[in-house]
Order: sequence, then structure tokens, then C-alpha cells
Amino acid sequence: MREFIVTRIFQLVVTMFIVSLLVFLMVRLRGDPISIMAPPIFNQEQIEALRAAWGFDKPVLEQYAIFLRKAVTGDFGISFFQRLPAMEVVIARLGNSWLLAAVASLIGLTIALPLGILSALKRNSLLDFASTALASLGTAMPSFWLGLMLIIVFSVYLRILPSFGALEPKAIIMPSLTLGVGMAARLSRLTRSAMLEVLNQDYVRTARSKGLQGKHVVLRHALRNALIPVVTVFGLQLGWLLGGSVVVESVFAWPGLGRLMVESINVRDITVVQAGLFWFSLSFILINYALDAFYMLIDPRIRIG
Amino acid sequence: METMEVGKVSPEYVSTLPPQRSLFTRVTAALFRSPIGVAGTAIVGFVLLLALIGPQISPHEAVGHNLRARFQPPGYSDSAGAYVLGTDQLGRDILSRIIAGSRVSVLVGIVSVLIAGTIGVTYGLVSGFLGGYVDTVLMRIVDALLSIPFIVLVVAISGVVGAGLGTLILILGCTGWVTYARVIRGEVLKVREMEYVVAAYAVGQNRPMVMLRHILPNVISSAIVLAAVQVAVTILAESSLSFLGLGVKTPTVTWGLMLADGKAYINSAWWMTFYPGIAITVTVLGVVFLGDWLRDFLDPNIRARA
Repeated sequence: MREFIVTRIFQLVVTMFIVSLLVFLMVRLRGDPISIMAPPIFNQEQIEALRAAWGFDKPVLEQYAIFLRKAVTGDFGISFFQRLPAMEVVIARLGNSWLLAAVASLIGLTIALPLGILSALKRNSLLDFASTALASLGTAMPSFWLGLMLIIVFSVYLRILPSFGALEPKAIIMPSLTLGVGMAARLSRLTRSAMLEVLNQDYVRTARSKGLQGKHVVLRHALRNALIPVVTVFGLQLGWLLGGSVVVESVFAWPGLGRLMVESINVRDITVVQAGLFWFSLSFILINYALDAFYMLIDPRIRIG
Repeated sequence: METMEVGKVSPEYVSTLPPQRSLFTRVTAALFRSPIGVAGTAIVGFVLLLALIGPQISPHEAVGHNLRARFQPPGYSDSAGAYVLGTDQLGRDILSRIIAGSRVSVLVGIVSVLIAGTIGVTYGLVSGFLGGYVDTVLMRIVDALLSIPFIVLVVAISGVVGAGLGTLILILGCTGWVTYARVIRGEVLKVREMEYVVAAYAVGQNRPMVMLRHILPNVISSAIVLAAVQVAVTILAESSLSFLGLGVKTPTVTWGLMLADGKAYINSAWWMTFYPGIAITVTVLGVVFLGDWLRDFLDPNIRARA
């Protein structure tokens, strides 16, 4: 266990180092970061002043050294739009994003697990066919379009749900449903195939031949083992969820990190964009490590490896 | 040069063999046995056709204004003809704009995936084949890139570099390669130890030759299956970016931009949002079906497991 933690921390440090390089280089993709930040009305003198103020007149390597040293302490500079440290601006939005991701995951799992298990147990039934069709549809549908359709039904016609913001508790229903349905579509087919694979295993047959109840076999013997690949893909789907949140948060004006990224890009607030990218990456990695640790709990075979 | 006649067989024996079928015949035969394959081909073929001959069959102009016909619901018609799917805030025909928008989706889907596939396959091939420190370093870079969600990365880069159709294709191509690199590298690691690779070395072939002639052909089918998935991902990414105002800009017509227009008038004109989304969903569904079929066709093992 200690070795696992040490390896993972080392990997985390290396990955975040590369991410910091990416984030640093990204704002220099057009050559001069000042060209992104300076308003078009600035004259040469003002541009030079801005360049000096931001340290962009120093050699690139020195700039990176400074950037990295500050980034390690969580200092990504000042958001010049909000006049606050970029990290503070980002952290202020994290709670909303996490809440949305958690509710969406919960919705996704609540739909996907029963649906996947039932279609595996009743393979080739009408239910199996319908859930496969719905899953294909849910994967192909742009998540933000589903969100727009929900707005048309629940806000425009039924007038029972707010179409934007996070001012009342029920405002979370539509954004989380939008993301949760997309996630369910991606997870249910996988749960089905993992279940099918496990149901053919010897230990399931043994359990059945011992005369155990069908429900008991499915829940105690099959589901536990089928969960392992489901957890893996759930981890990967979180990447989709975090990405999808950028667009879905914008549709519903949900004040999370995803929307902050889009807003900051539109006003060229590059320090916030950098800090945001850093957080996206860090949370994705940490969630996947947490899932790794979770495997070790549910699957004794992995503990050795 | 005369070849040796060791392998020559009698015509009587040849007549007992099943008839030789070309690759094309085999592919089409397998395709038409699968309902998913037929559905996928039909949808993708239809969208390609729209993209090619769209302007010839489109009922109205996709970009011209007709302010008298603003916000007309589906089924409206005036002296200029019928507007089957309604009109938008400038009186433009939604159906004609959907037809025009298919071009961007097709173009972005195909070109970006070609760019990403070429970079990714090369990267994965080199990484897996060389192994050792090079592989470790290259894969750490891939891990880092994969830790930032694709859409977030693309949103940030297009914010910095600027928008436009060409730029967008390039950005999607230059960021989408990471998945290929990871998958191809894994396949190379498996194939590298195969007997035929050892045999190729044994008969004196050099390393680049082995990599290109013996390893690449055996990992490319994974790349083809992945490419189909990535076409779907890329079409969705383009529509998201254009919707956010970070992708293609007007006057180019894209489904994502139509949705952005639709959102502005969502209280009064649902058809502006509904139909472009259907176009995206159906197109992506077609690509996904075709990809599913392709996966089964290229790897019979997967079909057995599903």
C-alpha cells in the first residue's frame, strides 16, 4: 500500500510538471502572449509597459522558471479581469462544479446500473433492445442540445424549472440531468457487457448449482465482479463529464469551473484559463487515483500488483 | 525474373477451392449482412451526398435574408416556396441551412481525424517500438495531455489561437491524436513479441523495415476502428465549439452555430434549436453504427465477447 502511494505521488508530480509546461506553452502558441491580452486600442508604448509588468520581456526559460515556482505554491498570477488572484477565482467556482459532477454521476449510475444489469439478465429481450437503442441515442446526442431541449420543455412550455443560474436548489435539476443522461448512456452498455461476461464464469455457475437464489447470485456473486470494469470506465467517463460540463454549464449559466473557462477565454483572462486547466487536470488525476484505491478494496487480486 | 515453380498447383485442385473474392466484395457482403452496418452506411452516405450536392438540391439560399419570413414555424410557405422546417431570426430556411451545415461537419470530421490519426499512429508506433526511456517519456506526455478533458483543451487553445474553419480543423487534428498514440502503442507492445516479427529480424530485415512492413499493418485495424469513433467525437466537438462561439464563425453555416442562434430565441422558436440538433444526432449515430460494424468486422474476437 505504501509503495502504491509513493509511486502514485511520483507519477502525479511528473504529470503535473508536464501539464505546467503545456499550460505555459499554450498561451505562447501565437508567439507573443501580449498579443492575446492587449486590447486593440493599445499603442506600442502601452504594450511594452504591459509586457514588462507581466515579465514577458525576460528570456523564455526564465519566464518558465518563475511560472513554475509560483505555480507550485498555487500562484498563477492575478486575474486582470476580476483583479483577484487567479487561483481564488477558480476555487470560488469549484464547489458548484463538484456538486454538479456528483449529482450528475449519481443520476448516471442510478440509471445505468439497473438498466445494464437487467439487459444482461434478459438478453435479447425487448428491454435489452430498447436500452441499447436509448444508449446509442444518448451517446450520439450532443449533451448541450439535450439541455436545450429540456429548457424548451420545462422552462419555456411547462414553466416549472429555471433555465439558468444557481439561485434556487431546483436549478441543478436540468444541468445534472443533461450530464447524467449522457453518462448513463455511456455506462449502461458497458455494465451490460461486463455483467454478461461475469454471468458465464464458473463461480456464478457454481453458486447457481449450489441452489442459491437468483437474486442472491446476481447481487453477491456477479455484480461485485462486474463492477470492476464499470469503475474503470466510470473514471474515464469523468473526463467526459468534466469536458461536457464546459458546454452544459454555459447552456444553463451554471456558475461552475467550466463556464468560468469559457468566460475567461472570451475576455482573454489567461491567468484564470491557466489555473483552470491546472485544476481540471489535477482533479481528473486525483479522482482516477481514488478509483484505483477503490479497486484494491473490491478486488483482492489487484492488491498484489 | 523467372520465379520458381515450387508452389504450382494443378487446375483440378484449384477448381475445388472456394471462388476467390476481392476485398471489396467481401467487405460489402459482410456489410449487408449486418443491420447496423446497413443503417450506418445509409446515414453516412446520405450526409456525404448532402455535403457534395447540397447547394443543388437546397430549397432556399442558406445565407440570404428574407426579413418578411422571420421566425416562421415549420410548414410555413410564401411566394418563395415552402419552409418545411421553419425559418430563423433573419428569415433563412432552416432546412437549407442544415443542408449547408453538413459540409462543415463532413470536412471537420474527415480532415481532423486524418491529421490526428497520422500523428497518433506515428507517435504510438515509435513509442511502442523503441520502448525503454523514450517510451516512458512519450507516454508520460500522453498521460498529461489525457488528464485535461479534450473539449477543455480545445476550448483553451482556440481561445488563444483564434477561431475559423481552417484553424479549428488544425486544432482538433493536433489535439485529437493522443488517444491513437495510447492505443497503437499498446498494440505495438503486443505485436512486437510475435513470432513473425522475430522471424523478420532473423531473415535480416532492419528495424525501420520491420516497423513499417510487419508491425504497422498489424496494428492499423485498431487505428481504423478508433478513427470511426473519433469522427463522431470530432463532429460533436466542432458543434460544441461553434455553439460556444469559439469555433467556426458566421457567415459559414454550421449546426453548432445554428444551435447558438436557436438558444438566443429559445423562448419563441423551438424549431431553430430542435432540427439542427437532430441533424447532429443522426449524423453521429450513423458514424457510431459504422464504427461498431467496422470493429466487429475487423476483430471477430470482440463480437464473441459482446
